[in-house]
Amino acid sequence: MIFAVLIPLVFALFIPFLSKLKDKVHTGIFVLFIPLGIFIYFIRFIGEGFSPLHHTYNWIPSLNINFSFYLDGLSLLFVLLISGIGTLVVFYSIYYLHKTEKLGHFYVYLLMFMSAMLGVVLSDNVFVLYGFWELTSISSFLLIGYWHHRERSRYGAQKSMLITIFGGLSMFGGLILLTVITGTTSIRSMIDQIDLIVSSGYLPLILVFILLGAFTKSAQFPFHIWLPDAMEAPTPVSAYLHSATMVKAGIYLVARFSAIFVVYEWFFIVVSLVGIITLVWASYMAVRQTDLKGILAFSTVSQLGMIMAMLGFGTEAAVFAAVFHILNHATFKGSLFMVAGIIDHETGTRDIRKLGGLLTFMPMSATLALFGTFSMAGVPFPFLNGFYSKELFFEATTNLNENSNAIASFLTEAIPYLAVFGSIFTFVYSMYFFFGVFTGPKKLELLPKKPHEAPIGMLISPIILVLGVILIGLFPNLVNGSLIQHAAEGIRNHAVAYTDIHFWHGFIPPFIMSLIVVGVGIILFLTRKYWTKIYEAIPGNLSFNKVYDKLVKNVDDFSAGITNSYMTGSLKLYMSLILGVIIAFSFAIMFTTGGFSNISFNDLEEISIVDIAIVLIMVLAAICTIFINNKLSLIIVTGIVGFGISILFVLLRAPDLALTQLVVETVSMALFLLAYYHLPELRKRNETTATSITNLFLALGIGTLITMVGIAAHSSDWFDTISDYFVETAYTLGGGTNIVNVILVDMRGLDTLFEITVLGIAALAIYSLIKVRKNKEAE
Amino acid sequence: MEYLILILAGILFATAIYNILQKQLLRIIIGTVLLSHGAHLVILTMGKLKRGQPPILDDSVTSYTDPLPQALILTSIVISFGITSLLLVLSYRAANENKTDNMDEMRGESNE
Repeated sequence: MIFAVLIPLVFALFIPFLSKLKDKVHTGIFVLFIPLGIFIYFIRFIGEGFSPLHHTYNWIPSLNINFSFYLDGLSLLFVLLISGIGTLVVFYSIYYLHKTEKLGHFYVYLLMFMSAMLGVVLSDNVFVLYGFWELTSISSFLLIGYWHHRERSRYGAQKSMLITIFGGLSMFGGLILLTVITGTTSIRSMIDQIDLIVSSGYLPLILVFILLGAFTKSAQFPFHIWLPDAMEAPTPVSAYLHSATMVKAGIYLVARFSAIFVVYEWFFIVVSLVGIITLVWASYMAVRQTDLKGILAFSTVSQLGMIMAMLGFGTEAAVFAAVFHILNHATFKGSLFMVAGIIDHETGTRDIRKLGGLLTFMPMSATLALFGTFSMAGVPFPFLNGFYSKELFFEATTNLNENSNAIASFLTEAIPYLAVFGSIFTFVYSMYFFFGVFTGPKKLELLPKKPHEAPIGMLISPIILVLGVILIGLFPNLVNGSLIQHAAEGIRNHAVAYTDIHFWHGFIPPFIMSLIVVGVGIILFLTRKYWTKIYEAIPGNLSFNKVYDKLVKNVDDFSAGITNSYMTGSLKLYMSLILGVIIAFSFAIMFTTGGFSNISFNDLEEISIVDIAIVLIMVLAAICTIFINNKLSLIIVTGIVGFGISILFVLLRAPDLALTQLVVETVSMALFLLAYYHLPELRKRNETTATSITNLFLALGIGTLITMVGIAAHSSDWFDTISDYFVETAYTLGGGTNIVNVILVDMRGLDTLFEITVLGIAALAIYSLIKVRKNKEAE
Repeated sequence: MEYLILILAGILFATAIYNILQKQLLRIIIGTVLLSHGAHLVILTMGKLKRGQPPILDDSVTSYTDPLPQALILTSIVISFGITSLLLVLSYRAANENKTDNMDEMRGESNE
C-alpha cells in the first residue's frame, strides 16, 4: 500500500522533465496512468467478502510514528473516489488546460495532493495522518493560487490556507491529547480504549479540537467562507479537491473518530446542529449566486453539511446513508463541475445572468447537466442516485435516537423540518442552474465567445460520472453490499446489517417529505423573481467574510505596527536590542539554574607583578579608546591593547599565539594607518545623557556577563580536559613536536583550510572594493 | 591569575560594546578589534593558565599548557585580522561614497 500512496509523489519528481515535452505531448497524458493504476489496484478489493488489510512500514519507531496503513471499507471508498475521480479529472484537464499554461506546476501540485489525500484516508497512525492532512491543505493552497497573477486567486488561496491550517493545528492538539491519554498513536487502538478516554475527562476538549479540524476542512458553517473563494482554482481542481475529495477529509475524520465520540451526547448535538445549519444556510445562499461555480460551491457546502449531520445522528441508518451520499455526491457534483467548466470554456463566462438558451448549442452538456442537477435536487426518478440517498437522509432524520438531554431532544424534533427546508432550496438552486443556463432567452450578444459544443474529450469524464449516477440509480444494490456496507462497518467499528435499497417504499414520511420538497421547490423556483428581495434582509450586509477580512487585516496591522516600532533602519538600535536580550536572558538563566552558585577560588595560579602591570596598561588603553577624539591617538591606543595581548600570550606560555598576534597586530596597524588618511576626523561624542547611560549599561552588562560566565566555567569540574589526546599523539600521529601546529595543520586541517578560504575571500573583497573605485575615478 | 585575565576580558568586552554602539565607523571597527581580543582571552582561560611548559614536545618536560585553546585562538586571530581589514576597506569606501562616516546618515531614504 505504501507504493500506492507514495507513487504520485515520486512521479511528481519527473513532471518537470516531462513537461518540457508539452509541445508534443500534453503532460496530463503521462499523469493519467498514475491514478488509473491506483484505481485498478484498489478496485480488486471491492466485494462481499472484503476484510480489512493492515500494512506497517517503520519510519520513526522510537516515537511510534510509522507508516501504518489500514484499509477498511471506509478507506476503500475514499481511495476509490480519490483515484477514480482523479483519473477522470486528469483526463478532463488534458482538454481543459491549454499547452501554454504552466502544466508542470499544475500536475506536480495535483500529484502531491493525490499522495497526501491517499495518505490521510489510509493512515492509522495519527501523526502520519496529520502530516498528510496538512499536505492536502498546502497542495490545495497551491492549486487555488495556480493563476497567481489574479488578485482573487491569491486571496482565495490565502483564505483557504489560513482557515484550514488553523483547523489542522487544532486537530493536532486533539490528536496529541488522545495519544497522551491512550499511550498509542494508532487510531484503532484508541477506539479500543474508549473507556479510558471517557474516564480521563478530556473528552470534551478532544471533541472540540478534532471537530474544529474537521469543520474547517469540510467547510462547515461558519468556516464555509473559504470554499466559494477557492473556486478561483482551475475547474478540474474544483471538481476534484473542492467537491469530491479534499473537502470530504473532514467528513472522513469525523467518521473515523465517531466510534470514540458516539457515546458522548454533545457529539450528536454539535455535529448534527452544525451540519444541519450548514445544509440550510448554504443551500439558501446558493440561490443568490450568479457565478455557476459559486452556486456549485455553496451547494457543495450544503451537501457536506448534510453528510456531516448524518454522521452526527450516529444511528446505523444515518451512517449508512452518509456513506452512500459521499459516493453519490462525488458522481453528480463532479459531473456538474465539469459541465460548468465546459460552459466557461466554450462561452467565455460563468455568469448565469449572461447565459441562457444554450440547449440548442450544447445538447450533450445540457443532457449531462440535466442528470446531474436532477440527481442533486433529489427528484424522484428511479435512475437518479441522488434521490436514494436523499430519501435515506429523510428517513434517518425521522428515526433519531431517543435523548434525555433537553437540547438534544429539542434538536431531534427540529431536524426533520430543517432538513426539508434546506432541501427545498437545494431543489431551487438545482433547477436554477439547469434552466438558467440551458433554457430561456438566448443572450448571445453578452457572451465573449460564440457558444458551441465541447470537444468529445472534454465530455468523456462527465459522461462517465453521469453513467455512474444512472447506474447507481438503477441498481443501487450493486455498490451496496460490496462497498457501502463495508464502509459503514468501518465507521461503526462493528458489523452492520445489510440494508436493501428500494426505489419505492410506499407513502411513508420520507417519500412525503420528498414530495413536499419537489412541490414547494417548483413553486419557489417559478416565483423566485418575487421573493429574492429577502436576501436584502437576510443576510443583508452581514457576512462572515467581513469578520474574516477584518480579523486578517487587524492581525496584519498589529504585526506591522510592532515591526515598524523597532525596525527603524538604525543598526545601533538593533544592536542595542540584541545585546539587551542577551544580557537579560543569560543572567536570568544563569541565576534560575544556579549557574553562578559554584564559584570557587581554588585551583588558581599565582599572579606576578609583571602580569598586573601588563593588565593595568591594557585596561587603561582600552578605556582610553572611548574618550579619545583624535583618530591617530585612537589607533595607537588600540595598538597598545593588541601588543599587550601578545605580551600576555608570552607570559601565558603560548609562543605561537604571541608570534602570530605580533605579526597580525603590526599589519593591522599599518592597515589602520592607511585607512586613517581616508577616514574623516573623529568628532566629539555629542550624544544625549540617556543614550550614554544606555550604552554604558549595555557595555557593563556584557562585560560582567562574560567575566562571570568565564569564572563560573572555570570553577566547574564537570568535564575532564580532552587535550591529553593531542599531547600524546602529536608526534606519533602528526609527526611534529609543536603541538599547536600539529593540531592546526593535521588534526584540524580542514578547519585551517576553511580559515584560509575565508582570508582568500576577504582578500578578494578588499581588492575589488579598492579596484572598483579606481575604475570609477578613471571614467 | 585566571580571574585577573577574565576581568580583563570583561573590561575589553565592555569597552568593545561601548565603541560598537557609537556612530562613527572607525570607533565601531576599533570596537570589533577589542571584542576579538577579549574573546581570545576567554578561550585561553578555559584551558587553565600557566600549567606546565609551552606546548612544544620535549623529552625533559612532563607537563604542558593546554594546546587546544591555543590552536583555536590561532585560527581566530587570523580570521579577526581578515574581518578587520575587510571592515576597514569597506568603511573607507562607504565613507568616500556617502561623504559621511556617521551610521545614522548612512541609513538611506526609506527605512522600512
